[in-house]
This record gives sequence, C-alpha cells and structure tokens, in this order.
Amino acid sequence: MALMKVKFDLKKRVKLAQMLWLMYWFSIMAGVLVFSMGLFFKIELRKRSELMDNNESHFVPNILIGVGLLACFLNACGGKICYDSLDSTKFVKWKSILKPFLICCLFFNFLLIVTAAMCFAMRIPLEFTLAEGLKNGMKYYKDTDTPGRCYMKRTLDLMQIEFRCCGNNNYKDWFEIQWVSNRYLDFSSKEVKDRISSNVDGKYLMDGVPFSCCNPSSPRPCIQQQITNNSAHYSYDHYTEELNIWKRGCRDALVSYYGGMMNTIGILVLMVTLLQIAVMIGLQYVNTSLSTLVNPEDPESESEGWILEKTVKETFTDIMANMKAMGKGNQVDEEANEEAVATVS
Amino acid sequence: MTSIKFLFCNLNFSLSSILHFFLSSMVLLKIKFPFQKRVRLAQGLWLLSWVAMFSGAITFAIGVFLKTELHRRSEVMHSMDIHIVPNLLMAVGLASVGINICAGKVCQDSLDTSRFPRWKTFLPPFFCFSVFITSLLLVAMILSFALQPSLEESLKIGLKNGIRFYKDTDTPGRCFQKETIDRLQIEFQCCGNTNYRDWFEVQWISSRYLDFTSKEVKDRVRSNVDGRYLLDGVPFSCCNPASPRPCIQYSLLDNSAHYNYEYQTEELNLYNRGCRQALVSYYMGLMNTIGPCVLFDFLLQMTILVSLRYLQTAMEGVIGQENVEIETEGYILEKGVKETLLETKEKVKKLLQFAQVGDASATTPGTQPDEEKPATA
Repeated sequence: MALMKVKFDLKKRVKLAQMLWLMYWFSIMAGVLVFSMGLFFKIELRKRSELMDNNESHFVPNILIGVGLLACFLNACGGKICYDSLDSTKFVKWKSILKPFLICCLFFNFLLIVTAAMCFAMRIPLEFTLAEGLKNGMKYYKDTDTPGRCYMKRTLDLMQIEFRCCGNNNYKDWFEIQWVSNRYLDFSSKEVKDRISSNVDGKYLMDGVPFSCCNPSSPRPCIQQQITNNSAHYSYDHYTEELNIWKRGCRDALVSYYGGMMNTIGILVLMVTLLQIAVMIGLQYVNTSLSTLVNPEDPESESEGWILEKTVKETFTDIMANMKAMGKGNQVDEEANEEAVATVS
Repeated sequence: MTSIKFLFCNLNFSLSSILHFFLSSMVLLKIKFPFQKRVRLAQGLWLLSWVAMFSGAITFAIGVFLKTELHRRSEVMHSMDIHIVPNLLMAVGLASVGINICAGKVCQDSLDTSRFPRWKTFLPPFFCFSVFITSLLLVAMILSFALQPSLEESLKIGLKNGIRFYKDTDTPGRCFQKETIDRLQIEFQCCGNTNYRDWFEVQWISSRYLDFTSKEVKDRVRSNVDGRYLLDGVPFSCCNPASPRPCIQYSLLDNSAHYNYEYQTEELNLYNRGCRQALVSYYMGLMNTIGPCVLFDFLLQMTILVSLRYLQTAMEGVIGQENVEIETEGYILEKGVKETLLETKEKVKKLLQFAQVGDASATTPGTQPDEEKPATA
C-alpha cells in the first residue's frame, strides 16, 4: 500500500505543477535570504573580531552561506522540472534524474535541520571566546602606542558606548587593570608613587573607569574617578547610585546581542526547512503522477500520485535489503577474485 | 554711423516681427500623428505612467523619511520652517500617484474612440492642476537650498537652549535635555554649539551636586556677575574615543593640571566640530542626495504631461470621424501663447461677471415689490 495516495486528472496535475513552480520561486528567495543572513552574520563577527581575540569560529556563517547558495541552485532546478512537467516531451529528459534529485533534496533538508541546530548551539563557544577576548582587550586598552594594539582603546570605547555596558562582568573589572598609560603618569608625584607601590606588579590601579562607561541618562554629570569613595563627591553614595555608569557587563551584552541574532537566524532556517520539505513532497507527487499514467500516450488520462510506493516500514526494509545485497555482491566478487588468483598462481 | 543705426534698427524690427509671428499666430509645436504613431504613443505613455506612479510613491517615501529625520532632532530645533520641504514632497508624491493613475486610464481609453469623448471636459483643468502640482517639486527643491540659513538659525537657538538647560534634570519639561544633548554629541561626534568653548560659558552642573561650603565652589560662584558655577570643563559626551590618552574633561585650559598636556596642540582629546555645523552638514547631505531623485521625478512627470497633451489633441481630430485610422495633428496649445492667455483672461472675466450678475439679480426682486406697492396703493 502506498503512502498518501492521491488521484490526479489533467487539471489537478497542471494546478499542482503551477503551484509548485510558484513555491519554488519563493524557495529561491528564501535561499537568497539564508545566504544574506549568513553574510550579515559573518560581517558582524568580523567587525568585533578584535574583541574575540581574532579567535572566533566562522564555521556557522560559512555553512549558512553554502547552504543558501545550494538552496538557490536546487530550487532553480526544481522549478525548471516543474515548468517542463506540463509538456510531456520536455519532461522525458528529466525522468531519469528525478529520483536521485529527490534523494539529494532529502539530504539537503537534513543538512538544513543540522544547520539550524548549530545556530542555536553556537552561543556556548561564543561566550567563552568573548570572555577571553574582552579580558585581553581591556589589558591592552592603554597600549595606544603599540602597533597592532593601538586601536584597542577606540574599539573598546565605541563598543561600551554602543552596547551600553562597562567592563567584562561589570565595572569593577576596570579597577583590577592599569588602563592609564605610563606616558601620561607623572612618576614624580606622590599619589602615583603610592598607587604603584600599593600592589605587587607595580601597576597604577585606581577605582575609576573610562568615560565610555558613563550613562547619558544620569541626572548628574558623570562620576568616573573615585567611584567607591563617597566623600570625594557631594551628595553621592555609590551603593545607591544606579544611573551614573552602565551596570551591565560587556560580555553579557555581546552574548545576548549575538545570541538574539543567532536565534532569529535559526528560526528562519527552520522555516526554510519546512518550505523545502513541502516542495520536495510536491515534486514527488509530480514525479509519481506523471509516471503512472493509465494511458501513456494520452496526456489527459488519469493517474495516481504518492509519497512512498510502499509503507514506511516496507521501504525501510527494502533499503536495508538493497544495501546488504550490495555488500554481499562485493564479497562474492572478492571471493571470486581470490579464487581466480589462487587458481592462476 | 547712420549705417550702423540702420542695421541695428533693421535687426530689432526683424527680431520683434519673428517673435510676434511666433507668439500670436499658429499653433504651438505642431506634430503630425498617423494612426500607428498614435497607438504607439498611447501604449508607451501607459507604460510610462506606471513607472511614474512608482516614482511618485518613492517621492512620498522620501518625504516621509526626511520628515522623520527632522522630527527626531526636533528638540534641538527652534522653528519648524524647514518642515515645508518634506511636507511638499509627501503631498506631491501622493497627488502624482493619482495623476498618473488618471493618465494611465486616459491612455487605455484613447485606443477606443467610443470611450475617449467622456474625458473631453475633464482634461483641460486636469492639465492645469497637474502642471501646478509638478512645479511644486521644483519649488521644494529650491526651498531645500533657500531654507538652509533658516535651518542653521533654528539649530543655533535650539542648541543654545539645550546647553543652557543641560543641568535642569529635575525641571519637568526640560529633564531630558541632558540625555538628548549627550546622545547628540556622541552620535554626531561634536561638542557644543560652535565649538567646545560654549560649555565654558554655561553652568552645566546642577546646583544640587555642588558643595556650597567648599572654597573652590564659592570662589567660582563669586567670580562672575550672575553667580553661576562656571568652569573650563565639558561633559563626558564631548570625549573623542580615538584619543590615545584617557579623556581630559576638566581644567582643559590649565596645562599644569595634567601631566604632559598642552591644550593648544592637543587635537584628539575632544571632538573639534560644533554640533550646529555637524547637523547642518548632515541635513544638507541628505537633501543633496534627495535632490537628483526629485529632479528625475519632475522630468518624468513633465514628459508624461506633454505626451498626454499631444495624445489628447491628436485624438480630438479623430472623434466624430468614421475612419479611425486617419492622420491627425497634435499640438500643445491651439493658438499661440499670447492668444491663449487672452482667451483665458476673457473666460475668467466672464465667469466673474456671471457671478456678479447672479448677485445683482438676487437683490433686484427685493426692490421691485416695494415699487409696485406705492403704485397700487
């Protein structure tokens, strides 16, 4: 018994082919969309590759780009097949490759599902990469005279302004590193000498943050220096002060930004997968309905269409049997060869 | 001497006679239209009217975009004069969509002589209206350049107020000025109105955060007539992220307050540009980009109107004839420019006279019964 058998007359066949042709056009546009999403994601990763230590994996956007291009190609072929299916003379040349083409589409759909899963799963390695990258980035904030790192200050400042965040986990990360370059420190002053002698590594540490941590929504002018010292500023209590600087850490901000982007892309890829499965089933119906014409000479005769010739179980056992037979066939060949070799020698 | 005078007089006379001939007699820019040419004109015009419809929709979208951009910064603009440019673009865009739909319909009907006559009375006022609407596009373009001084003045006053009310984060109605100015300076990479020194002349730190018992504050407040806390410092939003050193916001003019610092040569510490100049060049850039699109729409629209006029006049020669495939003439104006103007003036006079006579006849019935009454009495 066939799976989901449907009777087809000429009108129904024509309508199916036309609808499928239109759906293939939509699928081509969907393929272009997936390609452009992959490209966009790749560009976004490149833009902030400095913050990820130039270490980020471009695997997912590359897969998206490849899948998008492949989808466009497969759907264009499918559309051409549908267009030709209305004319029996043109359809003959496609008949032989239709079954392998459908199997290709099946594998392609599996690939799409895997891609969507990877989009959702990429969040975790990205989080680790960002944590490392931001920590190192903050270390090189002051090195504006070192070639290769001279733009780190600008990158970090612009990122903190754009994503409304401060530091790696929070603003206190700035207290643990020296972010003011030695070129701008007066080593003859007492204050500088005290700070340097106060820690083992001889770093100039202070309870201050760069200006890019400032929150414009704050009602008072930004307090960047001596943040934990309540007496240094009039009417200031750093425990209750909420709006002065950004509270969020940049790792959280960036992960949620990229995570949101990847979730959206993943959902889009799943929707494209559904569309692809639908067109694949439609093409199978077109294929079967055109190959089971009651009267092969008369194009207006009735026919039947199905998804699978036998039930799922039977089809599966058939495939297994085929594979076994192929495997046995190889073994028999090898034994025959060995015997031949044995007899010759 | 007399020969030169004679030559000059001759030239003058001949030029004026040519002009007189051109303006007063004959039709304007006559073209012959055989049947095939008419059909092709109608078909081409129908297609062109679809293109112009999209072009009109794009003009509308451009107007909406420009209005949104102007509205986003409306807090730092004092007057709304410049909004006339996007308003005109939106109105003309919508009107031209309607005009082009009508033009397309006229073209469709012109291929069928039985359906064309119903447009006869509708078309002349339609042309006047369309030419007027299309010329508004040119007006919008001219205004976008002419209103630049007005925009600059409006921004000057708006920014001055914004900087003045920067500290008033507790006054309702002004509490968002600080955030607006900070975000503006960060986004447009500018500082102050003309430059960063504008911040030195204003108290931008609220008195709520000043310790009036400290000597420094008391000195500063006493140093000027109005009792304001002025300092040579700027808000954090003036800081330039591209600077190699951490931002210096306070004591900007005091070289000794910072190690290895000289304010005369320090270039990258703060943004050098003033916000007024930044915003004006941003908006002028927008309008310069929009200009060619609007010009293209104007030319397209005028082409369609001229072609439609030719089609109309060519079709008028066909109406009433039995053989549809005869050759007819098309023109822009039936008589010369001067004569057409005189005719329109006569028509308008008649209309006004008719209106006046209508008023007079409305009043006379009231006087007549009075005259009759004394006669009978």
